[in-house]
Amino acid sequence: MTRIAIFDYGAGNLFSLKAALERNGAKRVVVIHDLGKLESVDGLVLPGVGNFDPAIISIQRDKELLFKLIDDGIPLLAICLGMEMLFNKSEEGTMEGLNILNGEVIILPKKKVKIPHVGWNNIKIRKKESKLLKDINDGSWVYYVHSYHVSTKNKSMIVASSDYGISIPAVIEKGNLFGTQFHPEKSGDAGAIMVRNFLRVCSEKE
Amino acid sequence: MPLAKRIIPCLDVENGLVVKGVHFREVKVAGDPVKFAEKYSKQGADELVFLDITASQERRETMKNVVRSVASVIDIPFTVGGGIKKLEDARDILLSGADKVSINTAAVKNPELIPKLTSIFGRQCIVVAIDAKRSYYDHGKNFFEKNGKKRYWFEVRIFGGKEGTGIDAIEWAKKVESLGAGEILLTSIDADGTERGYDINLTKAICQTLNIPVIASGGCGSPKHILDVFKNTDVDAALAASIFHYKKSTVDKVKKYLKKNGILIRV
Repeated sequence: MTRIAIFDYGAGNLFSLKAALERNGAKRVVVIHDLGKLESVDGLVLPGVGNFDPAIISIQRDKELLFKLIDDGIPLLAICLGMEMLFNKSEEGTMEGLNILNGEVIILPKKKVKIPHVGWNNIKIRKKESKLLKDINDGSWVYYVHSYHVSTKNKSMIVASSDYGISIPAVIEKGNLFGTQFHPEKSGDAGAIMVRNFLRVCSEKE
Repeated sequence: MPLAKRIIPCLDVENGLVVKGVHFREVKVAGDPVKFAEKYSKQGADELVFLDITASQERRETMKNVVRSVASVIDIPFTVGGGIKKLEDARDILLSGADKVSINTAAVKNPELIPKLTSIFGRQCIVVAIDAKRSYYDHGKNFFEKNGKKRYWFEVRIFGGKEGTGIDAIEWAKKVESLGAGEILLTSIDADGTERGYDINLTKAICQTLNIPVIASGGCGSPKHILDVFKNTDVDAALAASIFHYKKSTVDKVKKYLKKNGILIRV
């Protein structure tokens, strides 16, 4: 019985994310606005649509609770802006990030590519032992919609990357912390496998 | 650049049903949006666009239901346009499960809506649709020539192509980009419904001017037309309706054909 909570910090479009989790085997998916009201769950999803500063502002109240859940080892899937928020800061805003991971979020190379990066790009898998990328083929197509990307000195957490003017981190993985710059819930078959992989990690944690 | 060119079936929706018009008029009924969405997604469509052409006041609820049903069955992105006049309309559609909203007339009437929307939802989910029509009057800015004969320019038209604005489409495209639009859905009114190919001149000119992704629309009647627009312009995506609705071709056939002809495609 895999119970997943999507943390709604006002980012919009949670419907298709919820549907994707349900389609791929989550038994119960709840959308919560208040981490304090969270009952026991097997996994948490931090969705990703919106702007950096408004998102950081709306997550402030529940920041400490989020840190505690991560410390407890609850698997977290952070998507796009959700992943960007985990880092120290972003060029999209002036607020401080959640500082859970070290690195910053910067704009894509303006002169080289069209911004936002919208569409299907393929991933280069750097670490085959990735839990999120189990059974995913190198070169799989995933769907991106973003203008900013993560830049970090800690390369070991980058388990897959994509080329868009420069190499951008596509999937971040550190223990039970998973981040994707693309949208797995919108990435067709490859995305569905990743969602199932995440759900498996969640159910194994029980 | 390993970004695949996108193939986007477009579904015009009226009162909750898919329809297809010619030259923005004469509407024919074609079927259930959810079934179309499932079918195209299975065939390998990269994205879908739903344009709500319903005139009545009840459109909002009907469209929200369509969006919800579609979002529960497909795992590719989709855009919804038509009748989005204000922030609340966009929010309704996005919260019902759409990935992007497309605004057209409202952007012309109230350009400030663009930064308002992008500041809340992010620029990537705001598409500005531009309906452009050749004009032979003199007050355009960017002129084109047809076989060295009459000069024309592209005028932005609104209310589903019915009303002219006097605005040059290329200038307008630059403006909406600077206001924060994430993508342009560019329709040639002259080509739309003709099935004689995309307007290459228009598409090329807009793509050269902008640094945001552009979707070409209007005129697709065969896979060759899609190949032509990808080969002759920098456009990111091609939108088509009738060749898919009336089973002249399928998304997978089009994609195989494009791949064989050297276009980077997700297959």
